[in-house]
Parts: sequence; structure tokens; C-alpha cells
Amino acid sequence: MARIFKFGDAISTDAIIPGRYNVTTDPTALGKACFIEARPDFAGSVKAGDVIVGGRNFGCGSSREHAPMAIKAAGIDAVVARSFARIFYRNAINIGLPVIQCDAIYDAVDDGDPISIDIRSGGIDVDGKMFQGETPGPVAVAIMEAGTLIDLIKTRGWAAIEEVS
Amino acid sequence: MGTLTEEIFSRRLGREVHAGEIVVAPVDYAMAHDVTGPLAIEAFRKLDVPLWDPERVIMVFDHILPANTVASAGLHKIVRDFADEFGVTHVFQEGICHQLMVEKGFVRPGGIVVGADSHSTTYGALGCFSAGFGSTDIAVTFATGRTWFRVPETIRINLRGTLPPGIFPKDLALKVIRMLGAEGANYLAVEWGGEAVEAMSVDERLTLANLTVDFGGKAGLCEPDEHTRAYLGEAEVLDLHPISPVYRSVIEVDAEKLEPQIACPPAIDNVQDLSAVEGTELDEVFVGSCANGRIEDLAIVAGYFKGKQVHPRTRTIVVPASKQIYMEALSRGYIQTFMEAGALVMNAGCGPCLGRQHGVLGPGERALSTSNRNYAGRMGSAQAEIYLANPAVAAASALAGAIADPRLLPVPAVAQKTWELVGGRR
Ligand code: SF4
Repeated sequence: MARIFKFGDAISTDAIIPGRYNVTTDPTALGKACFIEARPDFAGSVKAGDVIVGGRNFGCGSSREHAPMAIKAAGIDAVVARSFARIFYRNAINIGLPVIQCDAIYDAVDDGDPISIDIRSGGIDVDGKMFQGETPGPVAVAIMEAGTLIDLIKTRGWAAIEEVS
Repeated sequence: MGTLTEEIFSRRLGREVHAGEIVVAPVDYAMAHDVTGPLAIEAFRKLDVPLWDPERVIMVFDHILPANTVASAGLHKIVRDFADEFGVTHVFQEGICHQLMVEKGFVRPGGIVVGADSHSTTYGALGCFSAGFGSTDIAVTFATGRTWFRVPETIRINLRGTLPPGIFPKDLALKVIRMLGAEGANYLAVEWGGEAVEAMSVDERLTLANLTVDFGGKAGLCEPDEHTRAYLGEAEVLDLHPISPVYRSVIEVDAEKLEPQIACPPAIDNVQDLSAVEGTELDEVFVGSCANGRIEDLAIVAGYFKGKQVHPRTRTIVVPASKQIYMEALSRGYIQTFMEAGALVMNAGCGPCLGRQHGVLGPGERALSTSNRNYAGRMGSAQAEIYLANPAVAAASALAGAIADPRLLPVPAVAQKTWELVGGRR
């Protein structure tokens, strides 16, 4: 069963992957350094499929795409947060890391709680308690269906986004 | 009809565009640097298409310049090889990307520019719609010359009155961040206006537009005017104004009542009046960054440093934002003043702003910086503390070895002269 790793408000991309550790494009190396200073046991204890639950303004700060890459490579399947910084949200969707905005879940869950998520509907199940995340916008849905932004543009070009705009 | 943002998109797309619409729009330029560039290049290569326009792709080495480790040299190599292979003409290693975008003329009133760096909002100072993106978005622009936007609603901020001596655009920006919080403008554009902004030089407006992203803004715009025209050295500037705009909200700030504002660790919106933290001892003072590393900022600091010594407890690091600024500072004698005062002067670039080089903080150390980010771990150890302030506070604090109020020192003559030189308001 996937478990929750719970974080607070204003988790910055500097906390997710400090500037000294993003000197690489290798996802595996980024995954190992994920939260290396803010939560040093993180990368070692994540099991594939686990989920991050964050507070407000998750992913604020620098535009470094290394941040969602590191989270994904560490084994995290999705990030649920009360709110996301704009660039992080877009980056995560672009590289195929599902992100779901949900306010109600935050105070109701603890670190280590079991969680399962239906990405398409935004439905979140925490130990039998159900929460409804916000549904993503039409462009995010198109990208998620293709896998990544690169996949979407490569197969369908801008028409794919112009169609939903 | 509409806000500056709506006006810009409407002109570009040749039809009336409103906030909330999703549009695919052509851009003037796409920028990436030595940290975001390599990921953008990898993503671009996956698309397996030619570069959209080698003259509209800008590559800057600035975040780690010169390379300080084998790994960072490897990143630079990825960018160089890409630039050679695809004939990218604009490759720079002479300052911070955002300063160069403006100095080199890539930013035009009414333009649309995207950058693989969050502080790409900076170009809004000239009335250009510009926003920061991640590497994959920029890769797609490298391939197609376009990107998609959800046209944002706008918060209008009117700064009433005149800034008193010792108060700077940094203080206004931090005050607004204090009022709205670190995500107060998330997904929104910000328009900076009112008397105090109208009186500002373009250098000063660049600080406001820069810090817009630090409270979540997608873009931070000023209306182009006389100052913009003079800055660009052109006879005329695009007539671009909000026309019957509908704003999400309008915020009024009284410039005359402002105190120096300090963003305290560990968050940009943990802002206090200077008096609340005065006397806090400092291990490092950093003057530079895309927020406050321009010639006017250096003039202010040089003015306070002239004939004085920085406190021996505090390593003081000055990094001009670009080579052009560095050389101007040289010719005005500022660099000599910094060095005589005991400050360390580094080559133009990001310097210690992102904790890679040139003054990394150790555990338990405390710094005051003129930059725009104070997250834990930003400049080194996650156990270090970072305070953000205007350049005059930085100068007074470097001299005192502790956070100090510049208004208690005489207004320096050299700064006064520069303010006049740049058409400033004092
Ligand atoms: S100076 Fe600092 S904030 Fe500006 S681009 Fe460089 S690292 Fe980013």
C-alpha cells in the first residue's frame, strides 16, 4: 500500500533539490538527492508508488525542473497539496508527475497513512476516508493522457492544445 | 481593451483576448541558462526537429560561472555543444541572464518573451509580457517558437506618493509581499503603477518586476513611458496602456509611510520593519543578483563604503549583474571603493545567490543579501539564515557587521550624483 510523506507549507524547489545537487540531468542522481537537506531520510525510505502530501504553495521558488524530476525518480507517484506554485505545477504535469490540488486532505492525514489515488477523477482514498481533489484543466488532461508534454507535441503538435482552448 | 496583459496578447494574436482564455502564442525569444539549459536541450532533442530560429534562442552561462566543479563544467559542455550544432548565435557569459536579456535589446515593450528561469518576470519593467517556465516548456518553444498560456487576470498595485530617502523599490516589493503573502499573485499578472513607479528609472522598475514572481506572479508589468524610451535610446516607444481594464483587485500602497523592509528567514513573506531586526550580527553581506545588482545599486553601496571599512566579522561580496555594469562601475571608481573597503568583488553572474559558489554559507551562519530568495538552504547550509534587504541597508549592515539602518548615516554624495545621472527622483 502506498504511504503518505507529509510536508508543510512553502516547500521550495531549493528544499526539494538544493542548487548544489542539481548539477546533473540524470534522474537517478536527482532522485537520490531529493530533500537531501530538508529531510535526509526521504530518498532512502520512499517505496515506489508512495505519495507526497504538501501544504500551501508547494514547489515555490526557482523554475528548476530538476525538482519534479527528483520527486518522480525517488519513486513518488503523485503529489497532493493544498496549493501549488505555478511553474512547479506545470513542470510536474509536463514530465508526467501527477499533481492534485486538494485542501481538505491536509489536516486529516498523517505521515505514513495509507493512500490511494485515482488520478483521472481526482478521488483520494486515505484509509477509507474519501477526499475529492480539484480536477486538472483541459491542457493538463491532454498532457497527462499523452504521458508528457514532449509526447503530446511530438504526436499531435499544438493542435492538441488549440483544440481544448 | 483590457489590462496590459490582455492588450499585449490581443495585439499579438490580432483579436480581442480576455483573461482566462487558453492561447497558443508566438514568442519573440526563448532563454535558458547553464542550469535549466541542459534539461531543455535533452527534451528538445527528443522532439527530433530543427531549432525554430537560432537567432531567437538565447543561452547564458551565469548560474555557475566559471564552472566550479567537473559536474558543472559538464553542464556547460552540453550547452556549448548544442549551441555549436544548431548555430545558436546569442550565447553569453558576461552576466545574469535577466540583465543581459534587457541590455542586449531582446526585451521590447509589447513583446512576449519566455525564459527557463522563474525571474523571467523581470522584463515586464519595459512593458513586455514575460514569464518563467521549466525546461520542457522551453524545449517545446525551441522547437516551435510558441507556447501556451492561460491569459492571467491582473492585480493592479498603485504606489502613491514619493519614496523617502533610504527607501527603495525593494522595500515596496517586500511590503507588497508582506501584504499579499508568498502566493498572493499565484497564476496572476501584476501591474505596477502609480506616482512612485512613474517616477522610477527602468533599473528600479526591473527590481519590482523581478520580485513579482516571489509572491507567485506570472508576470509583473509597468507601462512603457518616457523612462522606457530614454532607457532604450529610441525616439518613440510603443503606446501601450491598460484600456478600461477589469482587475482582479487593486492595491494602494503609500510610499511615504514606508520603512526599510527586511524579509527574514526562512520565507520571503516573513517581512519585518528594519527596526525589528536591527543589530542582528552578520557573517556575510551579498550585494548583487538580478534583483539588485545594477549600476544604481552599486552606486548606493559605493557611496556608503567610500572611505570606510566593512566590519571584519562580515565577509562582504559584491557581484555586478553584468559585464557592462561591472565596467561602468570600474570607470566610476566604485570597484576600487569596494576593494578599498575590504569587500570581495566577483565576476558578473549569479554569484552566491543560489548557494553554489562565491560565498556559500555554513551551518549557523547568517547573511544579509540584496537578492530575492531566502529559503532554508538557498545559499548553502539549510541551517544558515538569510535576510533580504535593499542595497542601502546592505551597505550600512556591511559596515556595522550587523543589520543597520542606512538612514542614520549621511546620504552619500556619490549615490546622490548617480541618482541625478540616471534621472532619479532624489
Ligand atoms: S541572480 Fe539569483 S535569482 Fe537571479 S537568476 Fe541568478 S540565481 Fe536566479
